[in-house]
Amino acid sequence: MINSSLKELATLLAGKKISSLELTREFLARIGRFNPKINAYVTLDEEKTLAQAHAADARIGRGEAGPLTGIPIAQKDIFCAKGWTTTCGSKMLENFVAPYDAHIIEQFDRAGAVNLGKTNMDEFAMGSSNETSYFGQVKNPWDKNRVPGGSSGGSAAAVAARMCAAATGTDTGGSIRQPASLCGLSGLKPTYGVCSRYGMIAFASSLDQAGPMAKSSEDLALMMNVMAGFDPRDSTSLQRDKEDYTRSLNKPLAGLRIGLPKEYFADGLDAGVAKVVEDAIAEYRKLGAETVEVSLPNTRLSIPVYYVLAPAEASSNLARFDGVRYGYRAPEYTDLLDMYCKTRAQGFGEEVKRRIMIGTYVLSAGYYDAYYLKAQKIRRLIAQDFTEAFKQCDVIMGPAAPGTAFKVGEKTADPVSMYLEDLYTIAVNLAGLPGMSIPAGFSHGLPVGLQIIGNYFDEARMLGVGHQYQQATDWHKRMPEGM
Amino acid sequence: MQWEVVIGLETHTQLQTNTKIFSGASTAFGAEPNTQACVVSIALPGVLPVLNKEAVRCAIKFGLAIDAEIAPRSVFARKNYFYPDLPKGYQISQYELPIVGKGRLTIQVGDEEKVINITRAHLEEDAGKSVHEDFHGMTGIDLNRAGTPLLEIVTEPDMRSAAEAVAYAKKLHELVQWIGICDGNMQEGSFRCDVNVSVRPKGSDKLGTRREIKNLNSFRFMQQAIEYETRWQIETLEDGGTIQQATVLFDPDTGETRAMRSKEEANDYRYFPDPDLLPLEVTADDIAKVKATMPELPEAMKARFEQEYGLSAYDASTITASRSMADYFVAAAADFGGEAKLVANWVMGTVAAKLNEEGREIAVSPVTPVQLAGLLKRIQDGTISGKIAKDVFAAMWAGEGNADTIIEKQGLKQVSDSGAIEKIVDEVLAANAAMVAEYKAGKEKAFNGLVGQCMKASKGKANPAQVNEILKQKLA
Repeated sequence: MINSSLKELATLLAGKKISSLELTREFLARIGRFNPKINAYVTLDEEKTLAQAHAADARIGRGEAGPLTGIPIAQKDIFCAKGWTTTCGSKMLENFVAPYDAHIIEQFDRAGAVNLGKTNMDEFAMGSSNETSYFGQVKNPWDKNRVPGGSSGGSAAAVAARMCAAATGTDTGGSIRQPASLCGLSGLKPTYGVCSRYGMIAFASSLDQAGPMAKSSEDLALMMNVMAGFDPRDSTSLQRDKEDYTRSLNKPLAGLRIGLPKEYFADGLDAGVAKVVEDAIAEYRKLGAETVEVSLPNTRLSIPVYYVLAPAEASSNLARFDGVRYGYRAPEYTDLLDMYCKTRAQGFGEEVKRRIMIGTYVLSAGYYDAYYLKAQKIRRLIAQDFTEAFKQCDVIMGPAAPGTAFKVGEKTADPVSMYLEDLYTIAVNLAGLPGMSIPAGFSHGLPVGLQIIGNYFDEARMLGVGHQYQQATDWHKRMPEGM
Repeated sequence: MQWEVVIGLETHTQLQTNTKIFSGASTAFGAEPNTQACVVSIALPGVLPVLNKEAVRCAIKFGLAIDAEIAPRSVFARKNYFYPDLPKGYQISQYELPIVGKGRLTIQVGDEEKVINITRAHLEEDAGKSVHEDFHGMTGIDLNRAGTPLLEIVTEPDMRSAAEAVAYAKKLHELVQWIGICDGNMQEGSFRCDVNVSVRPKGSDKLGTRREIKNLNSFRFMQQAIEYETRWQIETLEDGGTIQQATVLFDPDTGETRAMRSKEEANDYRYFPDPDLLPLEVTADDIAKVKATMPELPEAMKARFEQEYGLSAYDASTITASRSMADYFVAAAADFGGEAKLVANWVMGTVAAKLNEEGREIAVSPVTPVQLAGLLKRIQDGTISGKIAKDVFAAMWAGEGNADTIIEKQGLKQVSDSGAIEKIVDEVLAANAAMVAEYKAGKEKAFNGLVGQCMKASKGKANPAQVNEILKQKLA
């Protein structure tokens, strides 16, 4: 049952083969067993969770169930959920109980899904290994000495260890796709503006986007049907007709044009990962797709551009954590300035402080034009690269991450090596495009993800492209040993 | 050396919207602290701003009223600084691209008209309030005001005296109320001025170093503050000192300004476009829709009053100095139906003086326009004299009823019966033989004295024209 797809679970629930309460208890039992080792969840509240399961059963009983009613979902701890401690992985919000629901949380509530708990993450989503969380690192279920990736590492580990049916994540520079790759699961970052950011704690507002993490492409599509949609409370939310993300799942791949950016298969890519990705592309050719080489010449600038823009926005977004109204406040201080300084020095971790300082610097008088404005200009060039590339292809494919899961502590001393983890994912955020990662094989026993990048609002096609591959392969069904 | 003062103003006007500029929280003044602070006002993690379209309409209205360019695309930026009553750690404002561009406002100082150029007007949110009383050494934060929409209106350094600055501020104050975008309540902080003052040798075209007087919320303080600041700057320069750019506060108790912070301590606000808000697009259609709701503006109304009512330029300008006065005039003139000049004289004279004396607004004048018209009708038809009318007006003000009631009750009706007036004249002539002799000796002034005596004897009720005529006959 823990390996069942969302569709299978819905069928079992609808046929009263199992109740949501039983299903939820099963996952809670697994959490009880595995979470102490994996640390995927930071907050559990059995009472609330079981009450939701109970309500879902009643709803199913009334014949009012939707596709996700009664299905236990893990929520990244970046989403405010009324009555739930919402920490964003930070000491700053260790005791912050959200008094309101994020749009995404509301959507799952409306769908009748069950909230299993809040998952661990890099502090304020800043990190690629889940090592910056104030609540301890998350272990990769495939190898507990290794990281799950980040920042949505808790959600990724929870799905990989089957401690939930599916999970939510957020992706600012690769935070869904890179951990999906490192943990062997499917993850989608939608087009910017498709999922409302209301109630999602902001890291870099112009890049942040929520998305689903699940076992398969089909599951992602069902999750998207719940998560996507216009929300007037987010001015960057796009007013579009509701769409069915499952509509292209069964579309054959014949004639599909796959663009392969030469820059994605160059220096910096691990040979084992390259092999897996190439094999996956060969499989696509077998399934009827064509490949064409494309170029994304400005991709090489995406990391420097990102590390100007994201910290700039973050430095301002995180200014509200000042100890005045909620969250952590230093226990002792002499005056207002001292209160601010001590609160923020003690409440934020090293990586968050580093980025706040970078961001403050690039926005400062005298540096703004050279850094922030310049980065904005290059950002447009990066987006243009994709526009050009999509004239020749329907989707772009490449690696999601340059390597497989690395060892805990391996990159913490060298922030730049950590930043390079997002080499293949960041440009997608800068352009606002949708991107996903699906399991494509293993290198030295560790999962490798294939990244699929689509044009704006082409999520349904991408999900179909993923699903067709998953009909022909079984990488997405593999599970870590001992789980 | 002859000095010249150069003044520019930045005015924060609170826009009259029901809800805040980026959230649905109420903007009503005076509620219990933090009862109008929603999740957005408190800046909880994850909340986002959504622009209030009514605030945009207010800004467009203002742009139209000062004949300004309205930007088809303007951008909200974040102004970053830490302060306890600034919940997000940044203020959302417009920086490089404001919604309202260059415009102008004509002011009247004495007999002179002067055009003051307006550089820009931009939308932004207000901060909350820090409350220092009642917290035993700690500070309370009230976020009810946080997020209230403001339109900041910035002028060129076009004013050359405190009188001009005050005239501009008053004109602007009236205009924003006239077009219904601001309640103008200065005590509640709905209209606050920052004044930039510098001095330079007369004839120089270089600007001196300015100091900014912050948060003036009364015209009287503005006048005092500018006068003090000008004197201080001139004295400093004449003593061989230099002016440092600074922000200063005016202390009404001492009548002095004192420096708050110097330029060196100034914040670097690290402005950048707010990624949570899309650029604000205003179409020609949006502007046309707002235009259709615009009231007639003071300048146009002034011209119309000159034409329609035959008022002098000065009278028309005075009457249209405020919309409420203009409304009052129009209502009174319509009901009166006679010479509009008489209505204007009464509104600008007796009515304005009495209101001023009691510090009341014309909109709540105890004598309504219709009551005033009733009084003027009795002057016109000769029932009472202008002098008696003043007494009737005072009685109306005191709430004793309409003009007719008061005239009737107090027996103030003018005596026009020539027999009765002759009798009074005879009595006066008999009692003032000396004056009569003076008049006959050629002293014209004595005649006026005799008229005065007749009026006094009739308790002001005799028709003055008839008194004149009869006196002349009897003395001939």
